[in-house]
Amino acid sequence: MNLGSSYMSISQSKTEMKAAALVRMSGITKRFGNVTVLDDAGFEVRSGEVHVLAGENGAGKSTLIKILAGVHTEFEGSIQINGREVRPQTPLEANALGIAVIHQELSLVGSMSVADNIFLGRMPTRAGMVRDAEQQKKAIYWIQQLGLDIDVQQSAEQFPVAIQQLIEIAKALSQNANIIVMDEPTSALNAPEVEKLFALIQSLKARGCGIVYISHKMEEIERVADRITVLRDGKWIGTASSKELPISKLIHWMVGREISEQFPRHMPHLGEERLRLENYSVFPDEFSKKPAVQNVSLSVRAGEILGIGGLQGSGASELFHGLFGAYGSATRGAVYLDGKKVCFVSPRRAIESGVALLTNDRKATGLVLPLSIIANTTLAGLRELSPAGWRQPAREREATKKITSLMNLRAASLDLEVSALSGGNQQKIAMAKWLQIHPKLILLDEPTRGIDVSAKREIYQLMNEWTAQGIAILLITSEMPELLTLSDRIIVLHRGNCAGEFSRKQATPENILSAAMGLNPLATSGNFQN
Amino acid sequence: MPDASKVKAENPLKKMVASPAGRALLALLLVLILGIIFNADGAFFKIGTHRDALRQMSVYGILACGMTLVIISGGIDLSVGSVLALAAVCGARMAIHWHWTGWLVLPICLAIGGACGGLSGFVTARLRVQPFIATLAMMVFARGLAKYASGGMKVSTAIANADGTYRYVEVPHFFRMIDSRILGGNFSVVTLIFIACVATSWLLMSKHRWGRYLYAIGGNEEASRLSGVPVVAMKTFAYVISGMFAAVAGICQAAQEQQGDPEAGAGYELIAIAMVVIGGTNLMGGRGGIGLTLLGVLTMGYLDKILSINAVPEAARLVLTGIIIVAAVLTQRRKTT
Repeated sequence: MNLGSSYMSISQSKTEMKAAALVRMSGITKRFGNVTVLDDAGFEVRSGEVHVLAGENGAGKSTLIKILAGVHTEFEGSIQINGREVRPQTPLEANALGIAVIHQELSLVGSMSVADNIFLGRMPTRAGMVRDAEQQKKAIYWIQQLGLDIDVQQSAEQFPVAIQQLIEIAKALSQNANIIVMDEPTSALNAPEVEKLFALIQSLKARGCGIVYISHKMEEIERVADRITVLRDGKWIGTASSKELPISKLIHWMVGREISEQFPRHMPHLGEERLRLENYSVFPDEFSKKPAVQNVSLSVRAGEILGIGGLQGSGASELFHGLFGAYGSATRGAVYLDGKKVCFVSPRRAIESGVALLTNDRKATGLVLPLSIIANTTLAGLRELSPAGWRQPAREREATKKITSLMNLRAASLDLEVSALSGGNQQKIAMAKWLQIHPKLILLDEPTRGIDVSAKREIYQLMNEWTAQGIAILLITSEMPELLTLSDRIIVLHRGNCAGEFSRKQATPENILSAAMGLNPLATSGNFQN
Repeated sequence: MPDASKVKAENPLKKMVASPAGRALLALLLVLILGIIFNADGAFFKIGTHRDALRQMSVYGILACGMTLVIISGGIDLSVGSVLALAAVCGARMAIHWHWTGWLVLPICLAIGGACGGLSGFVTARLRVQPFIATLAMMVFARGLAKYASGGMKVSTAIANADGTYRYVEVPHFFRMIDSRILGGNFSVVTLIFIACVATSWLLMSKHRWGRYLYAIGGNEEASRLSGVPVVAMKTFAYVISGMFAAVAGICQAAQEQQGDPEAGAGYELIAIAMVVIGGTNLMGGRGGIGLTLLGVLTMGYLDKILSINAVPEAARLVLTGIIIVAAVLTQRRKTT
């Protein structure tokens, strides 16, 4: 705790506490091999409060939660629940103690029904037989508690991620949990769904639940937090009520240095038109003829960042995949790159023409997790690095070193498997891969999803540098401030159609949101149709 | 595969256990120690025993090389045993009955094996049939072809005349060559062929761009595709190589038996898979290597030899082998923290 001692003045001493602590973790130390990921860390949650755990990626928040949830069982320190010393050895034991964790990665069984998922492992039975009717009735009850109206007999995978997240919460509630841990619960939700979640959190608070909330989104922390505990490098830095901890100070605690929350976008020097789409449509589903993107026209100039706004289902990601050739030839309309008409039928063709796509899910579609940093960084440009087919390891290492130092990547060794890295570092590698191909146009889909503040800033800085080099960027982001401050122009999609185009001056959160929701926008040029 | 774990060398054993290669080596050493203990009155210390052990594991080992490529790419190839039989039958027919030279027979057999692999590769990679199903179909299909090409009989040096009598022909020269020994009779040529196959696959997997692509596809196919990796071509390629190695194994088998048996190689695919897995290559793809497979082949080959020189009856041998496969794979399991 010595490192955090300078901040301790604010944190309340334990004797002062009024409300009883539901959970108190103290002196938690956890090592993986000879790496200490938690060093004498701890926090406590009271009944009826939202306790935010804040910290950069790799600060130890997830590990702390996993200890609480009975995933990691070897550690030093103590956990008290309602004043009683406990040591959950399995997730099931933690559940029995009233702890429910909603993980960052969903843990539903996609092929099973919603009701089966909610009662997975503890279905109501009689003589070993599952009592389906009862289970269904109970499932419907919990689903309705969340204000959802879905068929609980449908398989979980049929629902959008946002709904799946709510199903997870229903599962937690049905366990009569009074300590609910939410690890980045909004990362897959759009704005109205986030509102729903926050309303739910309020009602959970009213019931006397304690909520541990982990998030990287400052605006969320500001909204929901009652108290905030900050971890850095596995150490406890401080705990304070949200009133005593304004965002600037919170960030200071998290990173150990002041960072202004504003990110500067250097005004670019715009070049020639880099990309133009005319009446572009994408048909990702080869069976249904329904397009995900319909008759979109846009253009981007060299050095420009064109933001693409839209809620879930807007078709923005599909637009990127279509452009990148990931759907083969299931696209219509004309694409011009540097004034030349092109048609990418495979990602390989797109890459050869200098187009790069950062997907919105680095683990599923961005990285090859079992391979090393070098292997991942050089994957897209391997043809160039080994022209005769035989690989040149020294050259690959050199190229990786160059790119990763540009990206400010901190890793013990370039031979590490990327699965061992933190989210921010993984994201940097997913991006580093594309620098190897000398891109002209970069499609960025949620480049800052699930990464910490300082890594975010570094990525913003990189985007500035890239545009200064004349690279054009198309940017999808669900974070409004990011969209507004980074984009030179913004196009808003609504259900695959272009619902508005805004210059930097015209772009206000209200304008963009109303366009994204399909409301008749405060349109800038009159020719938009919904 | 570079080894990520940098555990302090507290003792050499711990350091060894930290890497997959170390664990595979440990398993092999344990088997060899077993051999030293149960040495069957010194039989284990005779050079001939080791020569025979190496010779007997070579055919399986050649199959395991191709299997490693396919498994690392995230697939599986159940057809290698049948392709082996097909190549053996075709090779025997061409070499024994038609007296074709080895310079012609070998390339043709390789082409046959490659074509079989290419077909199953096409079905899995392009038509997106699960590799288990596609190669299961090829397993049956190639077995059928082998029976068709041989007329259901062993293709041997005894050729039936029209009147029901048999005439005997010479064993072809290159069959004798493959079945011979070098280094003063201390080393079998088939083992040399096995080593050549290991070397070829190692060059491909560790030194060539294509190897990296196969690892990447096995690790995350969609991410690889979106990184411009030619997924369909590379997956097909892995099956083609596997088929060609199966053909090499078929020729070796035919040369050793001096005949082409359409029933040969049944169940060999499972032994090859077991060898790959014992080495520590992950069945999910993306992790593993040829060096590991070499250790796996040696472990399993020596285990079989040690059991047989100790005159363990076949029933007990099979039961023991099954237990030891599980034990070996358990020690290979990645430590999940």
